[in-house]
Amino acid sequence: MYRYDEFDARFVRERVREFRAQVERRLDGSLTEDEFKPLRLQNGLYLQLHAYMLRIAIPYGTLSSRQLRQLALIGDRYDRGYGHFTTRQNLQFNWPKLKDVPDILDLLADVEMHAIQTSGNCIRNVTADHFAGVAADEVEDPRPTAELIRQWSSLHPEFSFLPRKFKIAVTGAEHDRAAIKAHDIGLRIRRHPATGETGYEVIVGGGLGRTPMIGKVAREFLPKADLLAYLEAIMRVYNLEGRRDNKFKARVKILVHEIGEQEFRRRVEAEFAALDGPSVNADPEEVKRIADYFAPPPYEELPEQSVKLSIARAAHRDFERFVETNVSGHRVPGYVAVTISLKPIGGVPGDATSEQMRIIAELAERHSFGEIRVTHMQNLVLPHVRKDELFALWEALDAAELATANAGLVTDIISCPGLDYCSLATARSIPIAQSLSRRFADGARQREIGPLGIKISGCINACGHHHIGNIGILGLEKNGAEYYQLTLGGDATEKAALGERLGPGLAAEEVPDAVEKIVGVYLEKRAPGEEFIATYRRIGIAPFRQAFEPVLEGAQRGVA
Amino acid sequence: MALLDESGLKADGFTRVAEGASLPRGDVILPLGRLLAEGREVLARGDLLGAHLPNTAKLDEVWPVLDDVALVSIEFPSFADGRGFSLARGLRRRGYRGILRAFGPLIADQMRHALGCGFDEVEAPETVIARQPISQWSAALQAITLHYQRGAGKGLSILDHRRASREASHERRLAHALPA
Repeated sequence: MYRYDEFDARFVRERVREFRAQVERRLDGSLTEDEFKPLRLQNGLYLQLHAYMLRIAIPYGTLSSRQLRQLALIGDRYDRGYGHFTTRQNLQFNWPKLKDVPDILDLLADVEMHAIQTSGNCIRNVTADHFAGVAADEVEDPRPTAELIRQWSSLHPEFSFLPRKFKIAVTGAEHDRAAIKAHDIGLRIRRHPATGETGYEVIVGGGLGRTPMIGKVAREFLPKADLLAYLEAIMRVYNLEGRRDNKFKARVKILVHEIGEQEFRRRVEAEFAALDGPSVNADPEEVKRIADYFAPPPYEELPEQSVKLSIARAAHRDFERFVETNVSGHRVPGYVAVTISLKPIGGVPGDATSEQMRIIAELAERHSFGEIRVTHMQNLVLPHVRKDELFALWEALDAAELATANAGLVTDIISCPGLDYCSLATARSIPIAQSLSRRFADGARQREIGPLGIKISGCINACGHHHIGNIGILGLEKNGAEYYQLTLGGDATEKAALGERLGPGLAAEEVPDAVEKIVGVYLEKRAPGEEFIATYRRIGIAPFRQAFEPVLEGAQRGVA
Repeated sequence: MALLDESGLKADGFTRVAEGASLPRGDVILPLGRLLAEGREVLARGDLLGAHLPNTAKLDEVWPVLDDVALVSIEFPSFADGRGFSLARGLRRRGYRGILRAFGPLIADQMRHALGCGFDEVEAPETVIARQPISQWSAALQAITLHYQRGAGKGLSILDHRRASREASHERRLAHALPA
C-alpha cells in the first residue's frame, strides 16, 4: 500500500488547518454561505436533509486495517456508530457536527487519510478495480496510476472550479470491474499491440445522471509517461469549453456529445501538442517510487490446491455456498480474494457498524496482510487470503453475521442513500432495496437465479448507477407520491450498456412483484448456463414487457 | 476595486478603459475589441498596453495578438467560474511572459489558485475586501505551502522536491563510492 512521505503528510495537515480556518471564517461572516459552499464541498462536507454528511476518500478503494479501525473510532465518537460505503469506494458519515469536522479530519490525517475532493466541481477521488494487484487477468496494477492521479489532482489550482464534478476510474484488467466507461475519464492499462509497451486506452465522456452516456475512446494508446500532460489537456479543454449555463448539461459527456467525438479529440490533441509534456509529466523515477509501494505482500509459496479447504467445503454446506459466491481467484497459487458482503438480507446496502469495521480490521490482519478493499458494489474485500485459512475466516465472519453468501447475486443490491438522507433525492431507495432483499432472501433461489445486478437510485443523479444495473430502479416523485421506473439490460462491465425502460412507473410496493416477473421470464427463457444479461441480450425486452403488463393492470395508474 | 498581489495591496499603474470611453493618457487596459485599432497608438506614445479578455476568449485566437501586450486582464464573472484559471495557464503554457491579472470577485482562498495558474495579481471588488481583509488573503496563501502540480506556482512542486532529494542522495552515494 502507498505510504505518505513527509510531503504528503504535511500537505494533508495543511489542508485540515486551512479548512479549520475556513469554518471559523464562515462562522464570523468573512465568507458568505455561497462562498463557503464550494470550499466545504471540496472537503467532502455536504448539507443533507437532517444534518451534515462527511464523505471520506478511500483512494482507489484501498484501506489498511489501521485506517479501518480509525474509521470505526470516528463512527463511534462523532457519528452513530456506523458508516456507509458508497459506489465510489468512499465512506460517508451521516451525522457529524460542523464544529467537529476539523477534528475528524485531523484523526483521518493521523492514518494518512483525508476527505479532499470527495465532492464539489473538481476532480473527485479516483477509483480503481477492487481486485487490483490480485486479479489473474491484469496487464498491470492500476493503483500506482490512480495514486499518481490522486496526487496530481489534489488541490489542483487550475481544475478546482470546473463546470461540474469530474470522475476518473482506472483498470488494469481485461474484465472491467471499475465501470470505466461510465466515468468522465476511464483509463484502461493495455499493451501496445506492436511494441508490447504498456500504456493507456483513454475513454472520455461516460457518465450516468440525467443524460446517461457510455464513454468514447479518445486515445487508443497513450504512452504511460504522457499521462499527466494528456489529462491536463483534456481538463483544460473541458474547463474552458464545458457548458456552465445549465448544471444538467455541464458534464464533459455533454461537451463530447455536442461538439462530436472527433472535434473533441482534435481540441485535446491540439492542447496536448501546445504543452511542454516533460515539464508537466511525472518523471519515471517518481512513477517507480509510487509503484514500489504496491509491491506484492510477502506471500508464502503454497500449492494451488488446499486439502484443508476441500475437506471443509465438503463438510459444511453454508461454507461451500460462501466459497461459491464470495470467493474469487488470485494470481498467486494457494490464495483467494474474499468478498465480505455488506448486503445482509433486509439490511441497508453498504452500511457497516464500527464494531463490524473493527472485526474486519482484525480479520484482515490475521488473514490478508492487513489489507482491505472497498468495491463499487458497496462491499468489502480481503484481497489475500490463504485457501487453507479460508474456513477459519468464514467461521469468524459468520459469527459476526458478515458471511452473507450473495456477492453478485440478486440481493447484492447497489443503492444510494435516497430520500432517507439525501437532499437531492426524489424518492426513497433503501426501503426498496430492503423489500427486494427480503423477497429474494432464499439462498437456494438466489443461486438458481445466478448473477444478476440490481441497482437503485433515488433520483436522476444516478448515484446508485441504475442505468448500468441488469435491473435498474429509479425513484422519482410526482404530485407528492414516490414512484419507480424500471430499466433492463444495463451493464457496468467492458460490455457497458445502458438499460432500456420497461414501462410506466410503479408504486414502491409493486416493485418486488415486477422484479419477480422479470426474473420469471429469465428463468423460463434462459439457455443452460446463461446469465441474466446474456439472455436479455438474446431475447430483447419484449417478453419482459409482456410479463410486466399484469403488474401494471393490477395497480391504479396515477403516474406516468 | 482593489489590486492585490502575493505581498498585499498595491497601486494600480493602469487605467481600465471601458468600451465606449475615450482613450486616456498613460498605461491602459483596453477591451479586446479595441486592442487592434488603438493598441498601436498607445505603444507609439511609449505607454504600456494591457488587454482585457472575457473568460470566453479562445486561446488560439487571442494568443497571436498579445505580442506587445504588457498586461493581460482576465474576467472572472463569479468566483465559482474557473475558466479564467485555464485561460491564464494556457497563456503561460504558450509562453506569455507579461503580467497576468485576474479581474472579478475572487475570494481570499483563491489567491493560491490564481498564483498557481500563472496570475501575478488580482483585482477584486471592495465589497469582497471589506469582508475578507488583506490579512485573510495572506493567511489563506500561507495555509497551503505545497503543491503536487509541476510548474504551478513559484516554489518547487512536491514531485520536483522528491526528484531533488533523489538526486542529492544519488550524489552522496557516488561521493562515497569514489576513492578518497
